[in-house]
Amino acid sequence: MRKVAIVAAASRQETKMLDTEVEMMIPLISEVKDKTGLDQTDIGFTCSGSSDFLAGQAFSFVMTLDAVGPVPPISESHVEMDGAWALYEAWVKFQMGVIDTALVYSYGKPSPGSLQDVLSTQLDPYYVAPLWPDAHAVAGLQARSLLEQGVVTAELLADCALRTGTVDSREEYFSQPMLSDPLREADCPTYADGGVAVILASEEKAEELCEKPAWITGIDHRIDAHQFGVRDLTTVPSARIAAQKAGVHDGPIDVAELHAAYTTHDFLLRKEMGLPEIPTHSQRSYPIKADTLMASGLLRIAEAARGIWEGEANRSLAHATAGPLLQQNLVCVLSGERN
Amino acid sequence: MTEIHVPPLLDGVEPVQSVRTPIRMEYTFTPGVAAQTYLREFGNKKILGNVSPVDGAILVPPRGADPRHGVLCEEFVEMPHTGHVGSYCVTNVPIPGRELDLPYISAWIFLDGADVGFLNLVAECPPEECRIGMRVEAVWKPDEEIATTAENILYWKPSGGPDIPFEEAGVRSWHARKKGGSNA
Repeated sequence: MRKVAIVAAASRQETKMLDTEVEMMIPLISEVKDKTGLDQTDIGFTCSGSSDFLAGQAFSFVMTLDAVGPVPPISESHVEMDGAWALYEAWVKFQMGVIDTALVYSYGKPSPGSLQDVLSTQLDPYYVAPLWPDAHAVAGLQARSLLEQGVVTAELLADCALRTGTVDSREEYFSQPMLSDPLREADCPTYADGGVAVILASEEKAEELCEKPAWITGIDHRIDAHQFGVRDLTTVPSARIAAQKAGVHDGPIDVAELHAAYTTHDFLLRKEMGLPEIPTHSQRSYPIKADTLMASGLLRIAEAARGIWEGEANRSLAHATAGPLLQQNLVCVLSGERN
Repeated sequence: MTEIHVPPLLDGVEPVQSVRTPIRMEYTFTPGVAAQTYLREFGNKKILGNVSPVDGAILVPPRGADPRHGVLCEEFVEMPHTGHVGSYCVTNVPIPGRELDLPYISAWIFLDGADVGFLNLVAECPPEECRIGMRVEAVWKPDEEIATTAENILYWKPSGGPDIPFEEAGVRSWHARKKGGSNA
């Protein structure tokens, strides 16, 4: 395998952003180009992730290319997925040996529309989507399964909310009314507009562009069935296999950045990936506070890379998810060591 | 085709040919800084352009970015209401949902001083007289109907005066002046 590293990242998240996607992304894309000294003509491949359902516009990603400067014409691709999958596509290009650098970015602005409706449209279009279940209700089905089968306890969920910082004590957690029974407000994500940009570089190039590249030592993504009915919602085989294939267990993990929007997801992911139920004292890992659809996963990878750059971690893990109830999972292991 | 077995209860029942699951989603669109500034002034019958910080190219209407270079454009400039036809198309067949009298002319209008064109209608001009380089001016809606909308200008009509020479008309003017540099 060809070695690939993350050499720069920039991001922004706000509850409600009045800038357009282009106005939001230009400063971020400019920042990663400035950090590495690359301009668009130096970059071998550009890949992005976003959703037309969030933008309310067909082919919305084409408009956002205004933020890149695709003149003279560039090699470019897009995934209607979280940017973590755009990064995977770029990584495959590196393995093909056709590029030395890549720009990967993704963004989502849920604020103009109804995110709960947008999330419903990703469900099975014949039997589920026409019922318009909201995302918290679907998450509640899974949470009920977990609690009643004794896989998780309400106390563990309370502790998870406490780690996230959405409540200050177990008492506060238990005093919250049910939002989507058995989930309380502190179990559920809030949403934010935002975007993230990263630069990847090959082993031939990375050290020129970054003092301490964050090397991708393993990356894999897997998918569970789309139909809830055939899934055991108390397990996430796709996350377990992706973690194994990405080599999570080949060494200690100092920073684990999980795209866990719900407390139940944090618990499930830790279990499936073989991480301690509660992060160890030395390990940084929190469920995310605000979910930015299409950007949260790539943002986790950027944060895991930051852990390496800032010397906080020798080895870090980033996870991204897409689809309902952790249906699709991508796991990426980063290391400060090239080999 | 795969043979489908259904319970005997459904024998002879008319097969389902299609499923209709209507989807409606509502958005509160935010135009962003540039479009907002442009539309507010358009509501005062002013046309704004963005100035590229890279080479001074004037982009109308403003989108807040110079897409050639991927840079923010924060400077605005007020544009005249006159320009020329950079290219055009005559439509002779009706299009569903379009209530214009046939034939009608769609044109790329290049405002005087602008480096890019935008799409609008040309009228008060027989199609056979429309030509690349023809000078035009804006025909606005009556003042009481002006709002913050792209529909403020009804169409563009010939304004007389000598044509812009063919080789300088439209986006060619950009090349002629070498303003776009290597990216032109």
